Amino acid sequence: MAVVEKASDILDGASKANSAILHTGFDAPPGSVELTCIQDGYREYREIYADMGLVLEETGAFVVGWSDEEVAKLEGILAKAHGNGVDDCSLISASELLRHEPSLADHAKAAITVPGECLIDPWSAPYAYLQQALDNGAEVFVSCTVTGGEFEAGEWRIATSRGSLRTRQVINCAGLYGDVVDEDVLGVTDFHITPRKGQFVVFDKAASSLLNAVILPVPTSRTKGVVLFRTVFGNLAVGPTAEDQDSRDDASSDKAAIEMLIAAGVDKLPGLANMPVTAVYAGLRPATQFQDYQISADAARNWITVGGIRSTGLSGALGIGQYVFKLYSQSGAKHPAIADPVVPRAKVLAQSGPRDWKSAGYGEIVCHCELVTAREINKALSGPLAARSLQGLKRQTRVTMGRCQGFFCSARLAEITTGHFDEPLSEGDDDE
Amino acid sequence: MMSNKIDVIIIGGGPSGLSAGVELKRAGVARVVVLEREPQAGGIPRHCGHPPFGMREFKWIYTGPQYARKLVKTAVEAGVEIRTLTSVVEALPGGKLLVTSDNGVEKISAQRVIYATGVRETPRSARIISGSRPLGVLNTGALQSMVYLKHRRPFKRPVIVGTELVSFSAIQTCRHMGIRPVAMIEQAARVTARWPVGLFPMLMRVPLHLNTRLVSIKGDKRVEAVEVENASRERRVIECDGVLLTGQFTPEATLARCGHLEIDAPSVGGSIRGSGGPVVDQYGRCSDPAYFAAGNLLRPVETAGWSWNEGRQVGRWVADDLAGDLAGDPLVTGENIHITIADPIIKFAMPQKISLPYKPERGMKHVQLRFTDSVKGTLVAEDGQGKVMWQCSLNTHRERRVLVPVAGLVSERSGGEIVFRVV
Repeated sequence: MAVVEKASDILDGASKANSAILHTGFDAPPGSVELTCIQDGYREYREIYADMGLVLEETGAFVVGWSDEEVAKLEGILAKAHGNGVDDCSLISASELLRHEPSLADHAKAAITVPGECLIDPWSAPYAYLQQALDNGAEVFVSCTVTGGEFEAGEWRIATSRGSLRTRQVINCAGLYGDVVDEDVLGVTDFHITPRKGQFVVFDKAASSLLNAVILPVPTSRTKGVVLFRTVFGNLAVGPTAEDQDSRDDASSDKAAIEMLIAAGVDKLPGLANMPVTAVYAGLRPATQFQDYQISADAARNWITVGGIRSTGLSGALGIGQYVFKLYSQSGAKHPAIADPVVPRAKVLAQSGPRDWKSAGYGEIVCHCELVTAREINKALSGPLAARSLQGLKRQTRVTMGRCQGFFCSARLAEITTGHFDEPLSEGDDDE
Repeated sequence: MMSNKIDVIIIGGGPSGLSAGVELKRAGVARVVVLEREPQAGGIPRHCGHPPFGMREFKWIYTGPQYARKLVKTAVEAGVEIRTLTSVVEALPGGKLLVTSDNGVEKISAQRVIYATGVRETPRSARIISGSRPLGVLNTGALQSMVYLKHRRPFKRPVIVGTELVSFSAIQTCRHMGIRPVAMIEQAARVTARWPVGLFPMLMRVPLHLNTRLVSIKGDKRVEAVEVENASRERRVIECDGVLLTGQFTPEATLARCGHLEIDAPSVGGSIRGSGGPVVDQYGRCSDPAYFAAGNLLRPVETAGWSWNEGRQVGRWVADDLAGDLAGDPLVTGENIHITIADPIIKFAMPQKISLPYKPERGMKHVQLRFTDSVKGTLVAEDGQGKVMWQCSLNTHRERRVLVPVAGLVSERSGGEIVFRVV
């Protein structure tokens, strides 16, 4: 089994930016593949997280109605949640909401509780999933772009920028390029991706004390709306926006959208008014013309497409894995379960966890804002999943992701990473 | 060794922290420990490779690194213990600290703690600049530590954003490493730093564009260009391989902000103002009287020499406090004068309170103010009822220091408010 990734580091496309929430599926379309995957994924994550050392913060969420129109929709949302089997949701009054969330603006009118929504680490989890695959015999090829392929006598010959790969089965999980890869290799695609940009703003860690649970909006048909959420790293973030665009690569941010998010955040959580902005980020969701995930198998050609995983991919990931494995098995493939699978321990980046700086022998702290140690960085720069870009190193260690954004540590980091990145942070007169 | 009783812990080994330590030792305080998270103490001057440093303190002109070494040497000779590569993770009420080093996590405490954690520049994210997020967007501090400590360069042809003193220091840094800035841009109609540094970019052959705003950053993996806009709202693209975001200093008040101390960040007319550092009285004493603050953490931004002097003074007052001589412990008397600003053109006023009874011979002699824009008019200090207590004519610019004598504000007062406004 091999994973082929176009970028120099995994999680570089749609997966690099999301709201890091493990959803219950309370508001997913009833009967959809998405709902199945979210709920199966949710269950599996809860089964495995402790053994893998992954984080799970059981914060719960509130869907808050801020206007009479939104309040009018709450009953429907509640009925949908119950219909989706999320039975512990209930309608609460504004005063009860404010008892749970005393910093919330007092123009909240009513809310639905969703106790099962949780915070997770959006990068350590997928890294751990891939690490487990590698530990159990898989391979990963990065900086490896699929350019075409031929299917002959039950075997694929996939052409890539790093040479060709022969395989019996292909699973296309190309995210923002899912339709392009289908078209380039199969010659046909069932869906067309229109990237939907989501911008987020991250506030100073001091802001995280303003919130306990996730604050969800009443969704529209187009988007789940702007969410206020804490992260397991100790920040508070507001986002995403939902902006359709043609470009599959342009995850730029813009001042007007960020200022809109800040205003929306302050409107709902007035304490944010004097909180500095720590970071701004944007991601692209592979939205298609359909509402549901686009997962299908071309059994005759041993090809499975996993497309249109729009915004719930982190929650759905493990469930999607189950779903795809079922599709794959239906094609007649049989694999005995690995007898004694290796279960790796995930990197611990959550603030509440046993972070590396808490145990002796780490050398030095390089990134002071996020307390990232030299030991952690050196580890992330080695092995089959070694960071090959600053973005990759950030996802693996959180280096430079804090409030100073590299003011204090850029020089040391440039020194440590010399020779490791395709795009170096700096050059010296002695460099090749 | 750390199990012995510590009298004063100073967080941060820059100019103000080290000078506070020296002063405490000279005042006879037994055990003074400086905690420094970097490999060497000395603070920001360590990576300012150019003069002039040290005129005020040592009557001699040093480069930044020489000055930093001199500060450390003076502190060590005075008996100050310096622990490097030691980070304070959490500050708890009463002077209890959680620290981490290569030895792991430990809890230490002292009778008094002085925050001397300095300032940093505002990064790209907090400036909310549009565009992509490629490599090559840095603050001056990052550039200078890269150049002077590691002899590496992050770009070759950057655009420099801002015209504060540090922005011109950045041009010197660039030259040192063979970096050729392609432009220097300033949103305002004038250079922020004082004349004659306004001539500097011309002398350095860096084109200076006033009334010019950075609109967005372009580039995929690395910076490829910036889009700028002039006063007539005409936009153009400047090709470059880096963006150097200079100045807009902000106190490195992480610990205080995430801890229990009151922070100066009031909302004035819908805008956030304040120093961004902890709220202090005229002794640099914070809302928890076990904690003091000194140097640029109090307010962005002054020179190393100014911070050194401030550290020395706060060190003296902490020694007085340990001896029981410091008047007006806010926990005991509960009385003080609150200094507030009522005009968003005023960026901050520091200190934010005067503990009573006021002793003219001790404590900061001035309230320091700064402004968000050029301003002409009358600076007025009123009491809580709108009665003018003090005024002076005002003609100043952004980032210029304005000093108001404390004595003139507090005479005969027994509490209440001092409100600054510009009329």
